[in-house]
Amino acid sequence: MEVPYTVKPRPDTGLYNAKIGVWLFLASEVMLFGALFSSYILLRMGASTWYVGSEKLSVPIGTFNTMVLIVSSVTVVMSWAALRMNDLKKYKMYMGLTILLGLVFLLVKVLFEYIPKIEHHDVPSTHNFYAIYFVLTGLHAIHVIGGLVLNAYLWGPGAKMWETEPERFTNRIEVAGLYWHFVDIVWIFLFPTIYLL
Amino acid sequence: MTNHHHEEPFWRKYIFSVDHKVIGIQYAVTALVFLLFGFCLMLIMRWNLAYPEEAVPIVGKLLSEEGMLTPDGYNSFGAMHGTIMVFLGVVPLAVGGFGNYVLPLQVGAPDMAFPKINMASYWSFFVGGVCMLASFFMPQGTASSGWTMYAPLSVIATTGETMWLIGMVFLITSSLLGSVNFIVTVIQLRANGLTWMRLPFFVWTQFVTAFLLLLAFPPLEAAAFFQLMDRIAGTSFFLPSGLYVGGEVLNVAGGGTPLLWQHLFWFLAHPEVYVLILPAMGIVAEVLANNSRKPLWGYRSMVYSIIFLGFMSFVVWAHHMFLTGMGTTMAAFFQTTTMIISIPSVIILSALFISLWGGSIRFTTPMLFALGFLPMFGIGGLTGLPLGLASADIHLHDTYYVIGHFHYVVAPGTIFALFAGIYYWFPKVTGKRMNEVLGKTHFFGSFICMNGVFMPMFIQGLAGVSRRLYDGGTTYLHAQPVLQWNEFMTMAALGLAFFQIFFIVNLILSLAKGEKVSSNVWDATTLEWAAAPSPPLPHVNFEKVPDVYHGPYEYSTNGGGNGQPDFIPQNEESKG
Amino acid sequence: MDSTPDIKKEINLYIKVFGTLAVLTVLTVAAAYLDVGIGLAVIIAMIIATTKGSLVASFFMHLAHEKKLIYLMLVITLVFLLSLFFITFGTIGDQVGVEIVPEGVSSGVH
Repeated sequence: MEVPYTVKPRPDTGLYNAKIGVWLFLASEVMLFGALFSSYILLRMGASTWYVGSEKLSVPIGTFNTMVLIVSSVTVVMSWAALRMNDLKKYKMYMGLTILLGLVFLLVKVLFEYIPKIEHHDVPSTHNFYAIYFVLTGLHAIHVIGGLVLNAYLWGPGAKMWETEPERFTNRIEVAGLYWHFVDIVWIFLFPTIYLL
Repeated sequence: MTNHHHEEPFWRKYIFSVDHKVIGIQYAVTALVFLLFGFCLMLIMRWNLAYPEEAVPIVGKLLSEEGMLTPDGYNSFGAMHGTIMVFLGVVPLAVGGFGNYVLPLQVGAPDMAFPKINMASYWSFFVGGVCMLASFFMPQGTASSGWTMYAPLSVIATTGETMWLIGMVFLITSSLLGSVNFIVTVIQLRANGLTWMRLPFFVWTQFVTAFLLLLAFPPLEAAAFFQLMDRIAGTSFFLPSGLYVGGEVLNVAGGGTPLLWQHLFWFLAHPEVYVLILPAMGIVAEVLANNSRKPLWGYRSMVYSIIFLGFMSFVVWAHHMFLTGMGTTMAAFFQTTTMIISIPSVIILSALFISLWGGSIRFTTPMLFALGFLPMFGIGGLTGLPLGLASADIHLHDTYYVIGHFHYVVAPGTIFALFAGIYYWFPKVTGKRMNEVLGKTHFFGSFICMNGVFMPMFIQGLAGVSRRLYDGGTTYLHAQPVLQWNEFMTMAALGLAFFQIFFIVNLILSLAKGEKVSSNVWDATTLEWAAAPSPPLPHVNFEKVPDVYHGPYEYSTNGGGNGQPDFIPQNEESKG
Repeated sequence: MDSTPDIKKEINLYIKVFGTLAVLTVLTVAAAYLDVGIGLAVIIAMIIATTKGSLVASFFMHLAHEKKLIYLMLVITLVFLLSLFFITFGTIGDQVGVEIVPEGVSSGVH
């Protein structure tokens, strides 16, 4: 007997296992980023000097990246909708777009934000503003990379599952999408907090 | 995925297995080795406290030229003893070992919800443990800033704190993966008829524990990351401006605060202590009901209490920080929540005591340990009350009183419950039972020695002897009247070590040639005993998937007598 | 798999939500140029961010029609998150002999 309810939902809860699993994981991520945000507030409140976000960080770049992630959230949910309509080609297109947009986000961040800062010696050890900026956005970026790896697998070798277990594969895309949306939501809060306030 | 009809290769069957039973045993064995190691660290520390001028026997040469423990060595051992016992010993055994092995069986499932993630969680724990131990081999020595790793000392220390922090990241990952698995398994994989209020209390405790691990660990992960950055990237998350070290102002940007570390650390570490005790309560409940041949008294109250306890554990953390300059409002807040959280503990302990009333008690070894748990946890809990009251805590904070308090809860508390669990479930895992004479000797010797080690700590603490002192207080005037207890406690600790030999020998002998027993040797009602063979079938557990018709403790509820068994298994359809 | 008209309706909804999110992002940046004190600026920014986050959660993550169990878990998480925030600030703010000072003003001991 294999583990039940991996694909079909359990009648009394109405959910399949991985969906509960990913929401639990996201709950723990909420606590992680919540702790990071509350640390940010505490450090800022307790510091004798602090920088205004928009003076040290580029608001246009931050806004651009915000939109990039929001669009990628749309494309990832469209990729899931495509599978619900049995359209593997459309799924691949939308998932491919999602991955591309994620890469754009990372490239913009590294090339136009991190590297110039490092060259300017605006690094974490010089002031807690930069310390918390790099940690908050850096950990977020690591989560983006994780999502990209997952999405790339599901776009490439993982997509073989569509031929043998289409419903299970669709569920996997839903779960991956939930994670990706969460990464987007974290940035939605991160952007105003660090760049604008 | 159907049953494998071909034999799995050795490394798939025993090393990288996805079977929860194998993973449970891996966790348990690894944890027991760590527990033994942490115990030995303590023995060396206690030798040093009682006989500071004498070389430590056997291992003295490893410690220093003269064979004595150096002050730095003492600090390191203290830090690693705490870390190893909590994070590498008790929790992996209680949750990773017992939880993994027993929980799927008790809910009637073939395995955990995510078997591969289960395997990943064990190996993440293993890597974390290796990192922690690797700190012993760091050039300047092992981590030595307490298991609590307070900044700024832990940031500026030149010893192995970095490995400690890296190890902690792996351990937290392991915990996270495990807790997701446990929660989904309980929600989704319960057998037909196994409603929430028919779950064995052990399952409830593991379920609540999993939530504590899931939601409380991430802030410590954030904090570990911050401290890593402070140590290796020169940041000042926890370093205030103008900090003097060795007569000079530290050359960092400053602007941080050590209090941030304390808040983030204790936000986890308080729920962590409930992670230490909840599975123990679950094990004791199972063993008590089974060996008193009557249902648990107040099952429903116990369930509500454990849920309430889980909630409250998140809002009491700063009772560890009463002396950090907190104002009276917040001190009153934390004092109140701390007093409130004692209520569910009392309800559960009382219910367990009352469950014995009118029972037909079988004094088996697991029962002795479970019975021993009750007053020991009682003492541990009661001695926590003055610590939770902010005014009394001013005198008792950071003294031996605290060490006595928490050791009573964890050592003759949780660890006794874990022993009870080992003696109780050993026949299920192996199909053989452990020797009763050796087991009873282990119990009585350990019970006496545990009290010998920890009761005098209250005396020393009330006199004002601080904790984490290399010399045990000899340089302090107020400690002089109570110093003589140091030798007494060390003797008791050595006695405790002696009696563990009975346990180790028992384990090995019983594994090799223990008495073979039936699949339900204890005449138990819960599914792991009633519906699965001993040991359960690889990968599927049950020959036939059980359906559940009763609550978990139908002992002596069918009248009994007339040659009828005095219990109704959960999966039996008869009226009860 | 669900029927295609249902999915098409969902897709329409996603596009509408995206439009709203784009507008709200513009608002986020615009609000930063308002001449208000830091307290009010934080509140406005958080209201907009929460709205955006809720839209993503409700519609992209299907939370609007999700099962009770998931809501329960998220509510519990939120309670603990808020305790982490507010109780910690309360403790720092209630410190004996220390005051939280706004930036730019030189403080005493911290």
